[in-house]
Amino acid sequence: MAPNPRKRRETLAFYLSISPWLIGFCLLTLAPMLLSLYASFTDWDLLTAPVWVGGENYRQMLDDPRFIQSLKVTAIYTLIYVPFDLVGGLILAMLVRARLRGSSVFRTIFYLPTVFSGVAFVVVWMWMLNPRAGLVNLLLAEFGINGPRWLQDPNLALLSLVLMSFWGWGRSMVIFLAGLLSIPGELYEAASIDGASAWIQFWRLTIPLLTPTIFFNLVLSVIMTFQTFTSAFVATDGGPLDSTLFLVLYIYRQAFQFFNMGYAAALAWVLFLIIMILTLLLFRSQPFWVFYLGEGNNQ
Amino acid sequence: MNQETAYEPEIFRLRGWRKWLRYTLLVILSVIFLAPVFWMISSSLKPEYQIFAIPPIWLPDPPRWANYQEALTSLPFGRFAINTLIIALGTVIGHLISCSIVAYGFARLQAPGKDFLFILLLSTLMLPYPVTMVPLYIIFSNLGWVNSFSPLIVPAFFGNAFYIFLLRQAFKQIPTELEDAAHMDGANFLQILRYVILPISTPALATVAIFSFQAAWNDFLAPLIFLHDQSKYTLQLGLSFFRGSYTVNWAYIMATSLVITLPVIVIFFLFQKAFIEGIGFTGTKL
Repeated sequence: MAPNPRKRRETLAFYLSISPWLIGFCLLTLAPMLLSLYASFTDWDLLTAPVWVGGENYRQMLDDPRFIQSLKVTAIYTLIYVPFDLVGGLILAMLVRARLRGSSVFRTIFYLPTVFSGVAFVVVWMWMLNPRAGLVNLLLAEFGINGPRWLQDPNLALLSLVLMSFWGWGRSMVIFLAGLLSIPGELYEAASIDGASAWIQFWRLTIPLLTPTIFFNLVLSVIMTFQTFTSAFVATDGGPLDSTLFLVLYIYRQAFQFFNMGYAAALAWVLFLIIMILTLLLFRSQPFWVFYLGEGNNQ
Repeated sequence: MNQETAYEPEIFRLRGWRKWLRYTLLVILSVIFLAPVFWMISSSLKPEYQIFAIPPIWLPDPPRWANYQEALTSLPFGRFAINTLIIALGTVIGHLISCSIVAYGFARLQAPGKDFLFILLLSTLMLPYPVTMVPLYIIFSNLGWVNSFSPLIVPAFFGNAFYIFLLRQAFKQIPTELEDAAHMDGANFLQILRYVILPISTPALATVAIFSFQAAWNDFLAPLIFLHDQSKYTLQLGLSFFRGSYTVNWAYIMATSLVITLPVIVIFFLFQKAFIEGIGFTGTKL
């Protein structure tokens, strides 16, 4: 194999150019993952040297009711939140996609709340859902309804977190909107000539052609729910009665409140494996329902 | 990508009662989406006794502007703002430099192993921060970086998968003729990037800068883990700490929430197009 100097220079340039990321990947992702794998087999409080305990941390999880609870909370939240977010975002996108005067104003209004991410978002909704003086219960009272205690009710706290997330629908809306705008108008024209009603067009044309966007939003949404932390930490602190004890919140407590670094590392590895398996399953499911226009069906 | 197609599909072209139905729905939804903002502003201006008043007081009468001053001086929010600004600007600079260099390599240069590395890059998108936060804490505490801004800023100089992907997509759309000419003149890849690619990629760079700024400004988990002294707090930590003290009245908390979100709101209105199109742009293909 005769080394081509031009090719060699290009290879060198490529590796030089990606070196910031490659070094970062090794130092800030790969090394930490390996360190955490090692830590997950130890008992480690950071003050004294780590003690090797084998698979004890992983065995301990099975007998840890709070770990089981955190898995349950995270799973239930994901199951409700993801469809809620996708359907909400799609409805908003369909509404603002219409060529109506003022559409861009509505787009802005629906997207605006997403800038309130972080603590401010949560704090606003804690106040909106305040049982005594929050806007939601005050309005319900106007209709003679005695509003529930929302975030303070063990049966409603998790659902409240899902409900308030509608305020962030703007994020999936803009992604759906881009997807809707990329569907060629000629396809609708052809369907119209064939006499398909708007309803049929939506289900037979819009939805199938939107499946790549739905897929993208689905993956994004699932990954996001698995890292839910701020709302649980700020609004409910995992309560009441552990009803909003998310997995990440539990990892945070084990690591930074109890300094059980070994156990926390094991929990983080479980979180990693769950996300890996879920995204893998989602990607594997693609050929069955995701349709890429004009590219056959390869991903 | 976003140009409207010549034929406007009937399901988006509305007339008569359908049009008015659509408007009614949009207006109702807008009222619902704006209600929290209204309630925030209204509550932030109420004197303490009007907050829990029965019957409820919808609009503060008279508005109490002093709430803002009192809220923002009850904790050193000025200090928190400076801290947050240092972290956010450091992060943006780090991301812009590192991500544009890496994105150029992935967009333009050929080398063995490139496809594998690109898939590796994309797969790190699926790796959320909580998975690595425990070992990162161990590493940074050994470096003596805990309670400093370094764990929050330095990683930005090593790129970010999402922004690299976004910039790569943008660079790929630039015609190669310009670079070929520069190549002939013997320019190296950094020079091409600096003088040819970057000057015509400002919309994509602006999108990355805005996303990166917003993410750093609103970040909570990483500052919570790494910053312990109150003098090092960010605005988000300050607000969370403020909320945690039970004696604080809600008018103050709403006033603070509004003020600390204001910079992002201003940026949003200045660069609305970059926000809405930038995020949509990423969603067209995974």
